[in-house]
Amino acid sequence: MSDHEYTPKSKAGKWFNDRLPLLTLANHLTDYPTPKNLNYWWTFGGILTFCLITQIITGLTLAMHYIAHADMAFDSVEHIMRDVNYGWLIRYIHANGASMFFLAVYIHIFRSLFYGSYKAPREIIWIIGIVIYLLMMAAAFMGYVLPWGQMSFWGATVITNLFSAIPLVGEGIVTWLWGGYSVDNPTLTRFFTLHYLIPFLILGLVVLHIWALHVPGNNNPIGIDVKKPSKDTVPFHPYIVIKDGFALLMFMIVFAFFVFYTPNILGHADNYIEANPLVTPAHIVPEWYLLPFYAILRSVPDKLLGVIAMLSAIFILAALPWLDTSKIRSAVFRPLYKQFYWILVADVLVLGYMGAMPAEGLYLLIARVATAYYFLHFLVILPVLGFKEKTLPIPLSITEPVLGGTPNLAAAKNKESFKA
Amino acid sequence: MKNLLRILLVFIFTLNTNNLSSAEKIEYLETDWSFKGLFGKFDRSALQRGYQVYTEVCSSCHSMKYLSYRNLAEKGGPEFSEEEAKAIAASFEVKDGPNADGDMFFRPGKLSDKFIMPYENVEAAKAANGGAYPPDMSVLIKARSGGADYIYSLLLGYEDPPIGVNLDDGVYYNKYMYGNQIKMSSPLTDGIVEYSDGTEASIQQMSKDVTTFLMWAAEPHLEARHQMGFKAIVYLIILTTLVYFSMKKIWSRIETEV
Repeated sequence: MSDHEYTPKSKAGKWFNDRLPLLTLANHLTDYPTPKNLNYWWTFGGILTFCLITQIITGLTLAMHYIAHADMAFDSVEHIMRDVNYGWLIRYIHANGASMFFLAVYIHIFRSLFYGSYKAPREIIWIIGIVIYLLMMAAAFMGYVLPWGQMSFWGATVITNLFSAIPLVGEGIVTWLWGGYSVDNPTLTRFFTLHYLIPFLILGLVVLHIWALHVPGNNNPIGIDVKKPSKDTVPFHPYIVIKDGFALLMFMIVFAFFVFYTPNILGHADNYIEANPLVTPAHIVPEWYLLPFYAILRSVPDKLLGVIAMLSAIFILAALPWLDTSKIRSAVFRPLYKQFYWILVADVLVLGYMGAMPAEGLYLLIARVATAYYFLHFLVILPVLGFKEKTLPIPLSITEPVLGGTPNLAAAKNKESFKA
Repeated sequence: MKNLLRILLVFIFTLNTNNLSSAEKIEYLETDWSFKGLFGKFDRSALQRGYQVYTEVCSSCHSMKYLSYRNLAEKGGPEFSEEEAKAIAASFEVKDGPNADGDMFFRPGKLSDKFIMPYENVEAAKAANGGAYPPDMSVLIKARSGGADYIYSLLLGYEDPPIGVNLDDGVYYNKYMYGNQIKMSSPLTDGIVEYSDGTEASIQQMSKDVTTFLMWAAEPHLEARHQMGFKAIVYLIILTTLVYFSMKKIWSRIETEV
């Protein structure tokens, strides 16, 4: 938090602030000392906030016209697309907004992995982030069910059926989730309710996420602790605000391109066919952002173990602050970790690709190897690396050069070092 | 490490193309759609001709339940004049009711009516079509991967089955259909409709027109979307540029570069 006490100038302001220190909060947010070497990978926090707000606003508007009923949901979506004023725009923003949200969150997570942002003293920020990510997946999955197209229906069937893998009570749980003996109207209405609820849970967690961030302050590309406020920091406003704003606008250009010119490219054609319990689509594929986990699920031959593997793949991230034993945060000073980092990125991309392919032959084999490597990275490589790796000397501060050497700042700040 | 990533991407890419070639990926027929591209618009006369093909040929089996006759006169569509659209609507008998006596009755269609359905229900449609349900055409283009190209190709893809392929009664061979077997016989023959604007009603022409019409039916606001998209992106680019220079100016107060 800011070091100095803040007193409002006006008398009314002081009166109010003594009772509810909103002005102190506003002052804290504007003055918040931020490391001045943050690169553009750090702008995705702001972008994600934008994504959440966009989803909530468009979602509220859609909910005014959508009908959560198995016989009317599909029709009501077409009603939105055709007859509601700018309904097509709102729906396409909402549908593509989900993909943009995940694109941004994956960049945000992998930025954290590269620069070691999850390490002490930021473990709580990281764990809250993982919970947000889990809720995002739940919200996105349920949202995809709402149009009640073929992929909605069969995706819901496949995913809810995963719970039947639980021994003894599995079948009962599935029936309970469905509200009946198959995915039907009760399933749709409860998914709609939860889809409406979860974004507000996320919003609350985002507040906690930012609150927890403002205690230790931001990590930075060279991963050292900075004195705040100091020559190493800049006030959040206007420096970070304008930079985040610039990055957000760039992001919005990409977003707009999807919404206006290829609004359906990230979806599946089958979801424009109304749900039909009697006809199973040839390939049931989840949305792109869930594919890596889908690949992990399918690469294990046993259903229960597959579900456990898939869930572990997510929950293992929560243990990351303790699995990574290295004291050095930024990969810039960890030559070996940097290489393993990029292998992990490639591994997750491969998993994503395999998740979209049929689970057979060579695809299945590659998916299995990639799954094994995913766990190997977190359970073996990271813990061992902390002890074995010979790290580079880290600078004392962002502005000061490394002891007895030339400034390493250029290397730390340069985007090349991130890509190298 | 960059190299490793590159190798992997190339690997994924080749795997992808291999997969496609092994699955005998069919290239769809291509034509110059006016609605593609950043400024894509519908060709009005193609839409009007396409509507004619739909009404005179497709609509005997395929419904279009999300369209109303008023849509035919709306901006960005076939843009029939309001009188024309009213006349079109009035040419259909619409079931209405119940009246004061509790009876259903027929009356001429109005602009606000939905397109009339060829069958009472799905079962009746199946019964009349050898067990196959002719899909509703409102969003058909969006419901098929390949979109307009696929539908266009399908209409032109009927041919005699290759030697060794035996087809059941009422099943036809189409080289673009999934599994190559389709229960719809080739719907178009040269001159099956007579275009009032004098365009020659060749199979290619009719296929193109009706596919354009179906594209509009699935995306009635496509033109508005393209126009708004262009404005939005130009606006965003200008704003981004301004913000970029403001950012440079603000950050020039401290020695660090952005």
